Amino acid sequence: MQEIWDILKTLDYSPLWISLKTGLVATVLCFFLGIWAARRVMRMGKRAKAFADGLLTLPMVLPPTVAGFFLLLIFSLRRPIGSFLYQELSIKVVQTWLGCILAASVIAFPLMYRNARAAFEQVDIELIYAGRTLGMSERAIFWRVVLPSAGPGVVSGTILTFARALGEYGATSMLAGNIAGKTGTISQRIAMVIQNGDYLTAGLWVIIILLISFGIVVLMNFFADSKMKNIKKW
Amino acid sequence: MPLTVDIIKRLQGFTLNVSLTAEAGVTALLGASGSGKSMTLRCIAGVEKPDEGRIVLDGRVLYDSGEKIDLPPQERRVGYLFQRYALFPNMTVLQNIDAGLSRELDARIRQAKRESLISRFRLDGLEQRYPRELSGGQMQRVALCRMLAGEPEAILLDEPFAALDSHLRWQLEGEVKQTLNEFSGVALLVSHDRGEVYRMSQRVCVLNDGASEPVLGTTELFDHPRTLQAALITGCKNCVPAEILSQGKIHVPDWNARLACSQAADGAITHTGIRAHYILPCAAEVENALYCRVVEAADDVFSRVLTLLPAGGTGTIRVELSRAAGERFIPGSEGWFCLPKEHIMLLRETHER
Repeated sequence: MQEIWDILKTLDYSPLWISLKTGLVATVLCFFLGIWAARRVMRMGKRAKAFADGLLTLPMVLPPTVAGFFLLLIFSLRRPIGSFLYQELSIKVVQTWLGCILAASVIAFPLMYRNARAAFEQVDIELIYAGRTLGMSERAIFWRVVLPSAGPGVVSGTILTFARALGEYGATSMLAGNIAGKTGTISQRIAMVIQNGDYLTAGLWVIIILLISFGIVVLMNFFADSKMKNIKKW
Repeated sequence: MPLTVDIIKRLQGFTLNVSLTAEAGVTALLGASGSGKSMTLRCIAGVEKPDEGRIVLDGRVLYDSGEKIDLPPQERRVGYLFQRYALFPNMTVLQNIDAGLSRELDARIRQAKRESLISRFRLDGLEQRYPRELSGGQMQRVALCRMLAGEPEAILLDEPFAALDSHLRWQLEGEVKQTLNEFSGVALLVSHDRGEVYRMSQRVCVLNDGASEPVLGTTELFDHPRTLQAALITGCKNCVPAEILSQGKIHVPDWNARLACSQAADGAITHTGIRAHYILPCAAEVENALYCRVVEAADDVFSRVLTLLPAGGTGTIRVELSRAAGERFIPGSEGWFCLPKEHIMLLRETHER
């Protein structure tokens, strides 16, 4: 017991903060992009919709390393876009925290997009019609009618996005690498200490990420339950 | 301030082809479910787009396919009362009414309007409630209030009582009727319920498989429907093919009968009809008396419904008598029944436009 306490006291907590920060920023990005994409895709014709939906969902079904591969193809300093960003705008994605955010966002994005779209499609179209005939602007209808009605779905999408971004490993390790205090996230730290045979530290990190993730899901269930009071159980 | 609608919209399975002019007052759109009534309202409100045609409200062009005019619903000033009211569930009564005041930008005028609306629709004390905390009647008042808040020039009511049970229905019908009486513009009421249409509207346009018939006065339509479809939708139970023999005389093969009629006939008559409650038991020598056998007798809530087979006929006649008058007729019994000539309707199968 004393041993665990000693480790906890001397543990480098930077992975926790890096993961939380990455998760948070990625979630904010995905929240707006996901909602925007969901709206765009909903307005598309049948074929364009199937195609766009497939493309936007791909990061969820592909191995994260494949996403990492494509991200590297784009942002590597030896590639045109990557070198342009670095030389002209001094933006560096590879081996930086920005890379962490980008990798986590790409992987977590489909969760936000799909949940938001499912929630929007459930919104009673008559509410939208009502808003229009009452003279509400399309923007007001979206923020004051559609979003609140789709609330539970959007919130659960946001929470899942955060949870997924928090634990991202594959694409992050390829794009951002595992630089302690800079890009070293919890999941990368676990992999690293396991390689060194330090099962105790790895176990502690596992417990930390377990608690956070479990807490998030439980929180989401509470929220979903309180919002769906008037729906009958079956 | 008339509303002129002349639109075509092609939908899966049928084509909506509506042409009507509604003056101030209540005009009903009467049709079976699936006849395109709600779609017509949606096209007028601008939430659906017709394929071609023209919609003009009080000289203002709302839609014109030729001139490529298609005002967004926000600018049409057409109020819409939805079947299930479509109150915003996440907003209080007050916020719902405020949504209807979206076009009013001056905060003081807005406040004044809000207050007068709340007292007019007896919503005092309910301002902070959410729609789910309201009774059916209160929800309807909020919906009416919200719709009229924007001072629309025309209002559209989409089966406002369809989801209610008959007891509540009467009460709410009264409230809507009062609101409609106070409204000076064009009101279009969509319904499949002939009673509702008869009680609430001054004029009716029958919609039949997407095609509109000419607008008629409500009592005129119910007393003298001109087409088979109008007779059926206004609740005529006995409609059979008929041919004109001479002026005032028709032959009805299904009933094996030659009947006198008082309505003047033109050449295009294909059917005849008579409402079930106009047919009465009578003596043998009466004009238009048919000797019939009772095939079926069933009690309705306040009446006795008989199904008769005229002697030598192949088609049945439905008769509704009071319970007392109908008591003695049981399946198998026979007797004379009179089809009064003033109630014989002469009908056309299809309508020309």
